[in-house]
Amino acid sequence: MFDSLSEKLNRTFKKLTGRGRLTEANVQDALKEVRLALLEADVNYKVVKKLVSDIRDRAVGQDVLESLTPGQQIVKIVNEELTRLMGEARMGLELVGRTPHVLMLVGLQGSGKTTTAAKLARHLRKQGRHPYLVPADIYRPAAVDQLKKLGLEIDVPVYPTEPGQRPENICLNALAGAGREGADVLIIDTAGRLHIDETLMAELETIKERLHPTEILLVADAMTGQDAVTVAKDFNDRLDISGVILSKMEGDARGGAALSIRAITGKPIKFVGVGEKVSALEPFHPDRMASQILGMGDILSLIEKVQDEFDEKEAKELERKLKRSEFNLEDFRSQLRQVKKLGSLEEILGMIPGLGKLKKLGNLKPDEKELVKVEAIINSMTAEERRRHKIINGSRRRRIARGSGTTVQDVNRLLKNFVQTKKMMERFTKKGGLEIPSFFG
Amino acid sequence: MAFFKWKRDSKTEGAPGVGSPAAGGAPPPRDSRDGDQGLGFFGRLRQGLSKTRDSFTGKLDLLFLGKKEITEDLLDDLEEILFTSDIGVATTQELIASVQEKVARKELRDTDKLKAALRDQMLAFLKVDEVGHPLPHPGEPLVIMVVGVNGVGKTTTIGKAAHRFRSEGREVLLVAGDTFRAAAVEQLTIWGERVGATVIKQGSGADPSAVAFDGLAAAVARKVDVVLVDTAGRLHTKINLMEELQKIHRVIGRKLPGAPHEVWLVLDATTGQNAISQAQIFNQALGVTSIVLTKLDGTAKGGIVVGISRELGIPIRLIGIGEKIDDLREFNAADFVKAIFD
Repeated sequence: MFDSLSEKLNRTFKKLTGRGRLTEANVQDALKEVRLALLEADVNYKVVKKLVSDIRDRAVGQDVLESLTPGQQIVKIVNEELTRLMGEARMGLELVGRTPHVLMLVGLQGSGKTTTAAKLARHLRKQGRHPYLVPADIYRPAAVDQLKKLGLEIDVPVYPTEPGQRPENICLNALAGAGREGADVLIIDTAGRLHIDETLMAELETIKERLHPTEILLVADAMTGQDAVTVAKDFNDRLDISGVILSKMEGDARGGAALSIRAITGKPIKFVGVGEKVSALEPFHPDRMASQILGMGDILSLIEKVQDEFDEKEAKELERKLKRSEFNLEDFRSQLRQVKKLGSLEEILGMIPGLGKLKKLGNLKPDEKELVKVEAIINSMTAEERRRHKIINGSRRRRIARGSGTTVQDVNRLLKNFVQTKKMMERFTKKGGLEIPSFFG
Repeated sequence: MAFFKWKRDSKTEGAPGVGSPAAGGAPPPRDSRDGDQGLGFFGRLRQGLSKTRDSFTGKLDLLFLGKKEITEDLLDDLEEILFTSDIGVATTQELIASVQEKVARKELRDTDKLKAALRDQMLAFLKVDEVGHPLPHPGEPLVIMVVGVNGVGKTTTIGKAAHRFRSEGREVLLVAGDTFRAAAVEQLTIWGERVGATVIKQGSGADPSAVAFDGLAAAVARKVDVVLVDTAGRLHTKINLMEELQKIHRVIGRKLPGAPHEVWLVLDATTGQNAISQAQIFNQALGVTSIVLTKLDGTAKGGIVVGISRELGIPIRLIGIGEKIDDLREFNAADFVKAIFD
């Protein structure tokens, strides 16, 4: 996320830092670059104008010019302004008052409403709620099927929308049936529509009037260009949305839409979609996002992700095993599977501060196939071998290599890595508690 | 083969959307120039683009109103208009630079000439030679693979394109290669029923290459004219998923040498500068032969097209200008710029 923008700003500020003391003209130059970088990042033209002027006022008004590290000063100001623009504190869903709550998802075609509905349902269930998915998209072929399938996948009930039903009737019936399903939150997946489509926008207003949703969330594609503000403004004017979910954030979109939408509507961005898996929904943290724009990485999100995905019981068990030096290849494999659940290695690397820049170099591209290979090798061992790696002799190695379609060298390398990892982990545990297991040998 | 004229005649005749009087007495396509409730192609395109035009030329005219002299301020304002049309930093700067140079050389003395120069320059960026791609061997189907990121409208585009081919009397076969997204196969199946095309599918979660292979085998056996291969939406940054696409491409080529003859990249007009990155990476992976620009009926300006043509030299061939089954139109650079400026 935002790689290109942080690269650009970094380059700009490197120029600044290289110069020692700055003149006002230098600051002007830097701001010009910031302006172009933001425009290239799809931040809306008007928003850029305002942002750059705010930054200029502060940069000129403060002691940036006198400072020995003017570049750093400006980075700090840009960071603060970006954070301020995106809203300073993170805002979650506000589900207070009488149940069942109604949560309505709206947006353009293809912005990712249906997938987001399933992600939200999973998220709410993890928080102890009882969501009920309501497919109200009667226009796109098979949209109802899509939500039904997703509901099945995450084990959340879905209202059985029939062809020919009117969207508001679907919603009203679902609301009436919510009690029977034991649901306390309805998630309504509405059809994608253009913000200028009078008939369909009126349909949304009707649903809003009849159901009084607690939250109306606009789902917007993070790759949207200058038009993001028009779309967000129109939806907000008609429906008074309560927040925004930005989808498809895992690509290389520079994500200026996030800034623009927030600035124009004043409505908070509540979540970001970061992948196609139903677990790929993260809370939006304005401050972290600003840091990320400036290339400072997003280590906090990574830690939360690890905590969310890792099975606590398994981690405890692992810790116990490590303390008694019982860590074996079985554990190694289950660790590997846990890592896979986190997402691709590239995504993980992207969240580590400073690595965003390296990613572009290409040669640091992590090899996902290597992980597959490692797992294949471990799978080809007998249970006994996995428990006691020391018994794996030459002929066993040859058999394992054959079984996993790899070479004896691969098997040797894996065993060596495993022994090193084991040693390292044992050393860590002996020093003190092990919060988050580390497994890269 | 006649249905090629559907695309290629437009160049020589300068009349996009004119269907070939297909061999074998096929009915002319519904959206031929004289059809369409008397609006004609230009009318429809203008209608679809009216938002673009209103905001673009509206602003442009307002800008030029009462001003004869070209000033720095005017150029700055011009820059704003280009930026807000999603034309992008690099292209905007180049457009501005090109007129600035002419202003300096006193070639452009007034705002009218400036406007014309801008239009010409945009047109020059949009003029891209058709990429020479292989034609199907006689008796073999034309195979088109349709790719793009999530939610751009691949399946809908396939449905509309299938309708166009069908209305020219072509036998069309659809391959449900999106085995990932829930109910994508069902969506394509409904389109198949709507337009009267066979849909080759396997269960969801099946290997898309295997589905493509089956699809090609069926297409050859049934002697259809056109095969449209749907693929799952994927972000271009997912390396493994891009490799999966390359595999599908290879498998198609193995089943039918020379195929796929075309690779269509579907782009959403609402997308900003990221569209260039998408075009670049999909092109690197597969060799995109044409771009389909969808959702031009909203308020998005679609200006990104100019940048893509300029930077990548991939022709934009079709545009989606509405939700109706025949709202897929031929892209023509001249008409496009005309509709924007006039």
